[in-house]
Amino acid sequence: MGIIQATKLVFEYLKYGEDGEAKERDRAIDEVSLDVEEGQFIAVLGHNGSGKSTLAKHINALLLPTKGTLYVDSMNPAKENELWKIRQKAGMVFQNPDNQIIGNIVEEDIAFGPENLGIETKDIWVRVNESLEAVGMTAYRKKSPNRLSGGQKQRVAIAGVVAMRPKCIVLDEPTAMLDPNGRKEVLRTVRELNRKENVTVILITHYMEEVVFADNVYVMDNGHLVMQGTPREIFSQVDKLKEYRLDVPQVTLLAHELKQSGVEIPDGILTIEELVDALCQLN
Amino acid sequence: MSIKLENVTYTYSPETAYEMHALKTINLEIPQGQFVGVIGHTGSGKSTLIQHFNGLIKPTSGTVFFEGQDIWKEGYPLKQLRSQVGLVFQYPEHQLFETDVLKDVCFGPKNQGLSEEECKERAVEALEHVGLAEKYFDKSPFELSGGQKRRVAIAGVLAMNPKVLVLDEPTAGLDPRGRDDILEQISFLHKTRSITIILVSHSMEDIAKYVERIIVMNDGEKCFDDMPKEVFSHYKELEEMGLAAPQITYIMHALKERGMQVDVGAITVAEAKVSILQALAGDKGLELSSGAVKTDITAAVKNHSGKVRHD
Repeated sequence: MGIIQATKLVFEYLKYGEDGEAKERDRAIDEVSLDVEEGQFIAVLGHNGSGKSTLAKHINALLLPTKGTLYVDSMNPAKENELWKIRQKAGMVFQNPDNQIIGNIVEEDIAFGPENLGIETKDIWVRVNESLEAVGMTAYRKKSPNRLSGGQKQRVAIAGVVAMRPKCIVLDEPTAMLDPNGRKEVLRTVRELNRKENVTVILITHYMEEVVFADNVYVMDNGHLVMQGTPREIFSQVDKLKEYRLDVPQVTLLAHELKQSGVEIPDGILTIEELVDALCQLN
Repeated sequence: MSIKLENVTYTYSPETAYEMHALKTINLEIPQGQFVGVIGHTGSGKSTLIQHFNGLIKPTSGTVFFEGQDIWKEGYPLKQLRSQVGLVFQYPEHQLFETDVLKDVCFGPKNQGLSEEECKERAVEALEHVGLAEKYFDKSPFELSGGQKRRVAIAGVLAMNPKVLVLDEPTAGLDPRGRDDILEQISFLHKTRSITIILVSHSMEDIAKYVERIIVMNDGEKCFDDMPKEVFSHYKELEEMGLAAPQITYIMHALKERGMQVDVGAITVAEAKVSILQALAGDKGLELSSGAVKTDITAAVKNHSGKVRHD
């Protein structure tokens, strides 16, 4: 059994009328089943309102399933005594860095999580040091978070999660508000955590280029899981993705269009190097 | 001519320990009807710059002109300026507040002192221009999707009939289709209403696809101001500033380095396609169904000169 296992997961938002009676049910997740192995890098794609974030909030038990089950590291969030453990195992990073930082200086902010777990002070510092190191922010430990760039703030937010020693990190569009450099920094940090510390990563994003390195990609549409596969398998279906209001990286689109014009190159090209190699072999 | 900045500097908290020079001697002129992109890393001065365009910020020194007049001269109608230069902030949907969509869009023109009738007319027109169907007009703005909300917010600014529309990252957080839809609408507005568009964005791909001129801000200074092709040819310097070029630029440079005769100035998928097909067809060693390639090149060239949709 994988670290995250969903079986026919359903979540319904209830709309209430003026009398306080539930009058409408809106199914945001509709019978989603998935199994994520420990240590994987997973990307979740889907248009606005497709159910990605709702799914993500189940992984650290911010939402509980209406029907079906979701196990995180073999624990069931529906049981109250396991819910808190799940939140330690699965950390979350959101879109806006300014909404996630509470400390006056970077290291205090990172210590907030472990402190709440009741860890001994000297161990908290060990964790803070490790986390700062893991996201490459050690040099900024005494700085005020206000003076950091967007990418740096997101790395502090990630360090705050890392300090809780989670097995799994869920990132909900962590780069949406960042400039190109910030985007690169955050992605590099997340990939390193995944590779070096074997943390399972669930990355939700609208930037197709960020998905290229994932082990597995899930595509959501109207609450359903509609596609699943390696980035190459997913991105070789350019037209299908467009139906789901999605896109492919520019390099993949260019390769796809060249191929349609009769240039003989393989399907599902993902990186600049691949395209350049394929074209130069023709030349 | 429309907006002109002469030796504009802006300093936050002058003469204190927190003094920060956000803008350093900026000179620029944006003629009416241009589609301009502004790029720069977080904190480079982009937002400070655009707030000068409609007089939300008063320069520490230097002069801002709108249609030839100094906007900070005594007696200049600043209020009027603010409806002529519409500013759409980041996440503008957070500023929606009315009970239904139409009322929300009416708010701007109502403040301009127009009659209820005229307000409605303006609002309906603006909503049409951002591509929001009539069935949403009486819905609460909070029931709409992210992309729809953002369009309502843009319509709210458009309803004031601005000559200039400044948009600060209008596509942040939208899915790819929502991103394309909004930018297509903006480009449509630019063409049909011939308003000046100033687009601030972190997406180099979007900038490459739509704008005719790029202003690059770095540490409060304007360091490039040119056609996209020219600006992106400095991709290494852009990277040093924490920016980047579109993915296509990197592909074209890599191909050139490997000896392919491609145009390194191509910045969109459509341009790159044409250039690569030409380079391949020009190479004798390659036996493509050359007739097909040729028609494809002509089609692509034609398509491109008419501003491409599909890249």
